[in-house]
Amino acid sequence: MNIINFTPVTALSGGLLIGLSVALFFILNGRMIGISGIASNFIVSKDNRIENFLFLIGLILGPLIYNLITNKEINISISSSLILLIIAGILVGFGTRLSNGCTSGHGISGISRFSIRSIIATMTFMLVGILTVFIKGIV
Amino acid sequence: MNKIVSLICGIIFGIGLVISQMINPEKVLGFLNIFRDWDPSLAFVMIGALVISTPIFHLFKNKNKPMFSSSFSIPVNKEIDKKLIIGSIFFGAGWGLIGLCPGPAITSLALFNVSSAIFVVAMFAGFYIASKVK
Repeated sequence: MNIINFTPVTALSGGLLIGLSVALFFILNGRMIGISGIASNFIVSKDNRIENFLFLIGLILGPLIYNLITNKEINISISSSLILLIIAGILVGFGTRLSNGCTSGHGISGISRFSIRSIIATMTFMLVGILTVFIKGIV
Repeated sequence: MNKIVSLICGIIFGIGLVISQMINPEKVLGFLNIFRDWDPSLAFVMIGALVISTPIFHLFKNKNKPMFSSSFSIPVNKEIDKKLIIGSIFFGAGWGLIGLCPGPAITSLALFNVSSAIFVVAMFAGFYIASKVK
């Protein structure tokens, strides 16, 4: 194993902001953030629909506001075929709802609550993610 | 008021994903590539988030009510069941294939990236299917 592209300072600062968002949402609105929950409830449930919608809009405004303030361009690269994008999207959407949480809901909010369920979920999806990347590298 | 809070928390979360670079699937795949060239950054994102969210949660969870809502809503499900494990396996597989999870996927819609938009549509289809079979 070699360590490459490690960016601890930006990772930690971005993480602090994410934690701040989770903390504020809990103190003010009383809910623990889980993005798969917010996004799927927006389409399947009438409860808190406007709040959920506004949160999602906020997520999308985030990069635009960052770009406006810093004038830095944000680049991402996704190299994948159409079919793989669709399969992966369905797996992520279906899987996170079956287990009631994703990287934010289990990985951050759940672990903050010391939830055993969330710790097990986080270890499982990370291990499977690692395995998937490993297998992808062979085939 | 809680509508404004939702919008602002979304913005802060989105900016956090940009600054931490978790919006970029290559960064996430770098973290999952532990057996070859490993990029540990994602672990630091989680540490940064948990350092704030954990003490705040435990300081406020026993308070009467949140500032702009009638009561706290904290998950009560403690069951370690098949759904939890199978769901997490599906999620992990999809996450490892592309490097996108729900937060970064939705946030990246701001960048008008066609691939991430296709992923998001498929993800919402997955949400819908899960809501029907659960």
